[in-house]
Amino acid sequence: MSITTAIETMVANIDASAASYLDACVHCGQCAEACHFYENTGDVRYTPVYKLDLMRRVYKRHKDPLASIKKLFGLAPAELTQDDLNEWSDLIYDSCTLCGRCTIVCPMGIDIAALVRKTREGFVAAETVPEGLTGAAGRALETGSPLGIKPETFKKIVAEQSVETGIPIELDKAGADYMVILSAMEVLNFYEVIGALARIFKKAGVSWTMSTTAYEATNVGIQMGDKAIAKTLVSRVVDAAEQLGVKYVVSPECGHAYSALNWEGPNLVGRSYKFEVIHIIELLDQLCAEGRIVTKGKDDRRLTFHDPCQIVRRGGIVQEPRNLLNQVASNFVEMSPSGVDNICCGGGGGVSSNSNAEELRIRAFGSKKRQLDDVKPDAMVTACGNCRNVLEEAIDEYEMVMPVLGLTELLAEYLDD
Amino acid sequence: MTFLEIVEGPLWYLGASVFVIGAVWKIVGILLLGRKADLSIPRASASVGALKAQFLHFVPHGGFTFRTIYHLVAGYMFHIGLFVLLLFAAPHVTFAQNNILSIDWPSLPYWGFVVAAQFAFAGLILLWVRRISDPVMIKISDRDDHVGTWLTFLVMLTGCMALQEGNEMLRATHMLLVDLWLIYFPFSRLMHAVTFMFSRGYTGAFFGRRGIVP
Repeated sequence: MSITTAIETMVANIDASAASYLDACVHCGQCAEACHFYENTGDVRYTPVYKLDLMRRVYKRHKDPLASIKKLFGLAPAELTQDDLNEWSDLIYDSCTLCGRCTIVCPMGIDIAALVRKTREGFVAAETVPEGLTGAAGRALETGSPLGIKPETFKKIVAEQSVETGIPIELDKAGADYMVILSAMEVLNFYEVIGALARIFKKAGVSWTMSTTAYEATNVGIQMGDKAIAKTLVSRVVDAAEQLGVKYVVSPECGHAYSALNWEGPNLVGRSYKFEVIHIIELLDQLCAEGRIVTKGKDDRRLTFHDPCQIVRRGGIVQEPRNLLNQVASNFVEMSPSGVDNICCGGGGGVSSNSNAEELRIRAFGSKKRQLDDVKPDAMVTACGNCRNVLEEAIDEYEMVMPVLGLTELLAEYLDD
Repeated sequence: MTFLEIVEGPLWYLGASVFVIGAVWKIVGILLLGRKADLSIPRASASVGALKAQFLHFVPHGGFTFRTIYHLVAGYMFHIGLFVLLLFAAPHVTFAQNNILSIDWPSLPYWGFVVAAQFAFAGLILLWVRRISDPVMIKISDRDDHVGTWLTFLVMLTGCMALQEGNEMLRATHMLLVDLWLIYFPFSRLMHAVTFMFSRGYTGAFFGRRGIVP
């Protein structure tokens, strides 16, 4: 592994869309206005297009259709060096959550987050990846979870939730309709969601199970830019689901997990699945619409919703969480901006696993804090375990008082038993 | 052969050839890089997304209007002014009829030329002032950004000076810069005039499958 491998990987990553992006950019700098890292630090290095400079240089030197003529006249950019990678590491990993908000403001519509992801793959090839992410990837490969939660621990947590709710939860049940997977953060910190799901699914008459070989969907490979690891982690879920013969895999309240399994997974494994992927929020909305989930009463607190970027802006699930919130909350208020235009929590794209980025992540939360200060909610609801954890940490850091709730658990609280 | 005859003759044909062949070579080269087929199940149409993105990014959205107003106004002033001049300035219409197309289309009156030129100059100067004064712009700008801006500015400036059609040297200077601009075009960010459609289209198609276009 070397800088040469990194360059080769980046060159291989430049397809027609990446080339169009790198050619169309006019360095207008508008993307800075959309980046919460720039907005809250004023550091011009965090301008999204500047983060792409290594990829731009690789394109202009190696893949630009007119590169050979430019080289003749000495106009091609210099070859990348390991020093360049070291210098850009904080821009590629610490200060980009792959939230994609910069695409909205870009006059050329460039998917900057996608190019940062492609750059990350070069960094993986050069083994220039923050330890926090490589550690999480190692644990995910070894134990099945980036947080090191082993199957035995998972079984114990499920058993506890089963006892608490009085509802049997059958693991590895062949022929169930739905196989539920969780995010690492849910299994570790927000395991009440398992009980909530048990109650909701019992009420709705849903046939479901969870796998003891693929119980969680967090995909560190996607976050760090390692396709091989991403494929291994997706394959675990696909193999387990196809062995059990389920009709659907339910993607959890986790942004990157949904992106990894639903949008990128088939491309990683090189084929369509023998099951369908449905996000838990989509499923709950569907069950409510069919009248299979009936709720009673409403939360009268002033509630707002934090849109997880990968589920909403990059995932397309925009209205469903709002339908659910309106079903159980009488005083739901939107932040501005929200939905597709939302502001990131600051910890997506592997940033929350990266200890180098801890201080920066808390500063980046400033944009979200201003939104919250405007709306002044009593509590914030979200649909991503990672966002929830990042938001809770930042709220503590800024000495704010505001509970952060999971949408599934909130819905379960108002089930008409 | 006079200087004017060179820049309107062989150098013009060289510039126009480099412009056309270079731009086509670049576009075909980019498109031939291709994209792997997406095996995920689409929620909506990629084509509709690609089309929507073409129009969506012409206007600010997502709550950024105020924060991007300077660039927006200056950008539109420059581009509208430039395209009006390029397509409807009387000398351009005549030149195009003699050298490119033999069809006739209306040209701007003198006052129209002046207004369009003022818009274009004001827009370009505002954009350049921002490029050399805003900390973000200073950080991200490179040689190509400045060369492209200055070359365009000089083409416009000499174009206004060449309105004194009796002065052959002014007209020749303008044509020389036009020829250089045409040669520079495919090798520079000026290509955004074409590649923006692909950039928006690819993003629109990617997200269109997911049921949204950011």
